[in-house]
Amino acid sequence: MLNFKKSDNKPLKVMCKKCNAEKDYKALKENFMICPDCNSYLRVGAKDRIEMICDKGTFKEFDKGLKSKNIIDFPNYDEKLKKSEEASGLNEAVVCGTAKIDSEKCAIFIMDSNFMMGSMGTVVGEKITRIFERATKENLPVVGFTTSGGARMQEGILSLMQMAKVSGSVKRHSEHGLLYITVLTDPTTGGITASFAMHGDIIIAEPKALVGFAGARVIEQTTGQKLPEGFQRAEFLLEHGFVDMIEERPRLKYTLSKILKIHNNKA
Amino acid sequence: MNSNTKTAYDRVVAARDTKRPLGKFYIENMIDSFVEFHGDRRFGDDEAIIGGIGYLNGKSVTVLAMERGSTLDERMKRHFGCPTPEGYRKALRLMKEAEKFNRPIVCFIGCSGAYCGIDAEERGQGEAIAENLFEMMGIKVPIISVIISEGGSGGALALGVCDTLIMLENSVYSVISPEGCASILWKDSQKANEAAEALKLTSYDLKKFGIVEKIIDEKDKTNNEICDDLKMYIVDEINEKQKLSTHELLDKRYEKFRKIGA
Repeated sequence: MLNFKKSDNKPLKVMCKKCNAEKDYKALKENFMICPDCNSYLRVGAKDRIEMICDKGTFKEFDKGLKSKNIIDFPNYDEKLKKSEEASGLNEAVVCGTAKIDSEKCAIFIMDSNFMMGSMGTVVGEKITRIFERATKENLPVVGFTTSGGARMQEGILSLMQMAKVSGSVKRHSEHGLLYITVLTDPTTGGITASFAMHGDIIIAEPKALVGFAGARVIEQTTGQKLPEGFQRAEFLLEHGFVDMIEERPRLKYTLSKILKIHNNKA
Repeated sequence: MNSNTKTAYDRVVAARDTKRPLGKFYIENMIDSFVEFHGDRRFGDDEAIIGGIGYLNGKSVTVLAMERGSTLDERMKRHFGCPTPEGYRKALRLMKEAEKFNRPIVCFIGCSGAYCGIDAEERGQGEAIAENLFEMMGIKVPIISVIISEGGSGGALALGVCDTLIMLENSVYSVISPEGCASILWKDSQKANEAAEALKLTSYDLKKFGIVEKIIDEKDKTNNEICDDLKMYIVDEINEKQKLSTHELLDKRYEKFRKIGA
């Protein structure tokens, strides 16, 4: 799924799993990273998402330099971090900043599954907490794009605690009467689903995005039950009442801006 | 420090010992006139979490306690102590009731994890845990949480957003089970021993990280003696926290988690 070449950091080809073929990155990007042949949604990296959603030139990044350390001395974690940096071109699994979406100013965080499956360690928790604290201080709504395998086991219990830490900052933001919109993208699982992914005043999901708490394979192994068709997909969550809407990627910016404007009581 | 010679996995084994008392024992031995309440008023009741009110050393409290059960029948009924979304929603309902009547809350935590199943996902296991983390940050009465056996990930944290976190010496608290970690990392769940070491999940590790305020020693003590020591500490903590204004209480709770990994 990594779409950057290590040597020149230039994205060239991206694999479409459904077609089982490599696709031209530039053409994909023009089509919102939706495969032109099979219409399946490919995962969007943070940088591409910013271009897709934010008004041109308005994104201002914060805490870009924060990097993870091997704080509990976990085996092979340093190497893993290094590889993820090279492969993703990012310092961590989330990018945070402020931006305008169709002229509406907001704080924004975008998780990126190219960096250790978007897992949350202390730096991801800290960056998201800081963006909520900044948004609270500056009276800004927050728009958050989630994609994550959950809490990062390489930072042990400290990763688990980030769920509570971020939840605290979301709570304070909410108590200030400010809007939080989450956009659930494929996949959003584990500790992220069990914390800030589900805290949005408004929760939007991309079509067919996998969203759940326990892993499908774990459920199957534990219970011996056969999972129903479409289990833990966005449509399954909509049916069970856990998301407000499913929005197609080409319409996402328009829908976000509409929700932001209505909350601001603007036409 | 006592019995520091035990390996991390020794403590995992001790925490999971089926003879180790769980929530019901602490309610019976610590809380007077306990009245149990049922149901989340949404969908159902989950017997993996016992909720109710009673007196702790003469003072009214709300108690939420995870329980696995001792007979096979009871264990089936309580689905081996792994809470469903209804359990977490019942807990939150009772916490809000406690807040309304200005009653401190004591949570006893011990489960291998949140209940894992198709039905739990259909009813929003993730959303239920998330809601508790969010709301517990703002509950205006003291919350004292105790890890009594195995604190399994988000399923434990859902009762673990608190003012004071206590661990019994041989309890463990982890982001993932050692077996789960070993099977992801080394494709071999037999390496749980090494994973337990790597995860730093013992009470002593968590004290060092500043996540736990107090360890209750277990060495050479009966379960009743451990319960008495724990009771004394909880009573003191509640008294201390009740001296704070609501604003101070909530600020300190926020800071307790805010500083982790900053």
